[in-house]
Amino acid sequence: MASIEITNARKSYGAVDVLHGIDLDIQDGEFIVLVGPSGCGKSTLLRMIAGLEEITSGDIAIGGNVVNDLDPKDRDIAMVFQSYALYPHMTVAQNMGYALTLRKTAREKVSAAIDNVAGILGLNALLQRRPKALSGGQRQRVAMGRAIVRQPQAFLFDEPLSNLDARLREQMRTEIRKLHRRLGATSVYVTHDQIEAMTMADRIVAMYDGIVQQVGTPLEIYDRPANIFVASFIGSPAMNFLSGTCQITAQGCALILDDGTSIPFLAPPNVSNGQKLTLGARPEHIDIVGNGSAPSVPATVDLIEPMGLSTLVHVTLAGKPVKIFTLARPDLAIDSTIEIAFNMDKTHIFDSETELRLPRANEPFAAETA
Amino acid sequence: MSTPGKSRLRKTAYWGTHYLMIAAFVAFALFPLYWLLKVSVTPNDILYTEGVRMWPSRTTWDNYTFVLTQSHFPHYFMNSVIVSGFTALFTCIIAAVTGYAFSRFRFNGKIVIVALMLITQMFPLVMLIAPIFRILAPLGLTDSLTGLIIVYTAFNVPFATFLMQSFFDGIPKDLEEAAMIDGNTRFEAFRRIILPLTLPGIAATLGFVFTAAWSELLFALMLVSSESASTFPVGLLSFVSKFGVDFGQMMAAGVLALIPACAFFLLIQRYLVQGLTAGAVKG
Ligand SMILES: Nc1ncnc2c1ncn2[C@@H]1O[C@H](COP(=O)(O)OP(=O)(O)OP(=O)(O)O)[C@@H](O)[C@H]1O
Ligand SMILES: [Mg+2]
Repeated sequence: MASIEITNARKSYGAVDVLHGIDLDIQDGEFIVLVGPSGCGKSTLLRMIAGLEEITSGDIAIGGNVVNDLDPKDRDIAMVFQSYALYPHMTVAQNMGYALTLRKTAREKVSAAIDNVAGILGLNALLQRRPKALSGGQRQRVAMGRAIVRQPQAFLFDEPLSNLDARLREQMRTEIRKLHRRLGATSVYVTHDQIEAMTMADRIVAMYDGIVQQVGTPLEIYDRPANIFVASFIGSPAMNFLSGTCQITAQGCALILDDGTSIPFLAPPNVSNGQKLTLGARPEHIDIVGNGSAPSVPATVDLIEPMGLSTLVHVTLAGKPVKIFTLARPDLAIDSTIEIAFNMDKTHIFDSETELRLPRANEPFAAETA
Repeated sequence: MSTPGKSRLRKTAYWGTHYLMIAAFVAFALFPLYWLLKVSVTPNDILYTEGVRMWPSRTTWDNYTFVLTQSHFPHYFMNSVIVSGFTALFTCIIAAVTGYAFSRFRFNGKIVIVALMLITQMFPLVMLIAPIFRILAPLGLTDSLTGLIIVYTAFNVPFATFLMQSFFDGIPKDLEEAAMIDGNTRFEAFRRIILPLTLPGIAATLGFVFTAAWSELLFALMLVSSESASTFPVGLLSFVSKFGVDFGQMMAAGVLALIPACAFFLLIQRYLVQGLTAGAVKG
């Protein structure tokens, strides 16, 4: 097991810059999830750690040693591919033992290691099969097994679950987490699925456009997103955004939307009158209220999505779609006008120009760690 | 919903038609070979007198005996085996590495090399005979099997390379990357993971190049003048004399010449069965 330090790592393909200076310290034994939309450079970063992709500039160190010029085979890392990449002409056992055999490990030791891992992953009955005689989920397990058998310095996963159906994905998610707790191995896990990121990560690295947007624990990222991208990407259903102009009066601050609707908010320090701001509120932080209780704004009901446990109410506020999450089962008529109120402690204010979040002075959390 | 009986009938009809069409095609394709065989066992005296018959009234092995014992044919035959075998071997080795490079690497001048290789395939061979002769003569490579092997290899490499490239393209890159992470160098990954999966492709390429070299006549005729370095297609011409064509012996030689090609394909046919890579990656 080892730590991984990435210092100002860049990657360009010819004139195209794909990664613009990544800095990331991964602790020994940590489970890091790289998350971001398609094409943001997650796989590229992972492949640079693996040594499959050259580093244009910057350093990557594994266990304190800079590995920039080491071949993949000398980095002692294991990788699980999205496609699994099982060797088709080898049995499951041979697939799993390949790396050990290459290292001239004694045959008894190899088969003991294979048996041990096969036991953990429930592959004992499949050891003599070829990959083509396996189901997708079994192949996935074999790919995991092949990585585990080696006891490498670090595990790299590139969207290992994206070819599985929803139920199996959920199951493997828990299983990978349990395995990680058991093996304690440093892991870097790439996904574009924010639920996988939230549920699996010790720390999430949110990437966009070749830049790390924020690093933090899942709840830090959820509760205190650094900018509009992170706020919109993490969380499902996604955060609602309303942009407008800041108006400071004696009563306090309010956001004036395009149509003149005024939403009061708790002002972060240093906002100024007339500043363009974006208000972000998660669907669970907007309440449907009776007339006249809290400072509320009117909205029109568009759609009601009952999901059993909860209900998602789609409304239109000042011409913008807004989603409201509620555990109640509201009895609302489509096209009727309701009053909604924003939970002021929980709504976020972003600068519309920089898209950065403006933290309030009295936030319930400690300062940013990113 | 159709009844099971009805659908079985339809199935039988479907497969019946299917096999009938295949049989018709095979008969069409193999008929000249059958004729070759027929003429080779027909005694000379009744070849012209009996008219066109599906099978002669008498058969004989005389033509074979003559070809094998009293002609230079066994010698031509050996020459052909040597030339075709080495051509196939060298071409495949070169095509495998080149095709792999084309399939996996981006490098400067790749487009130029591909274009050059394509251009070489565009010239009518006749145009090239004189210059090639001029090149080979001072090197002492005319009238030699080595010269033929070099020329054949050179001419077959471009096509074989593109063929091999398409086979490599069909094998996911992830496989050798996984092998490299597992502890292989790129070359070891190529040898231990990619090559075994490309065996069908290599077999197809070998077969293609072998048969091309085996039946090549133009260069064999032009670059070789001595009997000792002649290949069998040239040898076949020796059955044509000023006074007539000895069809019986020529056909017997032809049948014998089919044997190595057939043997070769029997040898490689189990690799020609595709689908070895199924299950490597998802789906
Ligand atoms: N060989 C290449 N040449 C040029 N650009 C490339 C090359 N490989 C990748 N890129 C670009 O690099 C960017 C990052 O690619 P990468 O595969 O890392 O994305 P990703 O975040 O893994 O996306 P996904 O979630 O779709 O897998 C993409 O915009 C892609 O177009
Ligand atoms: Mg990717």
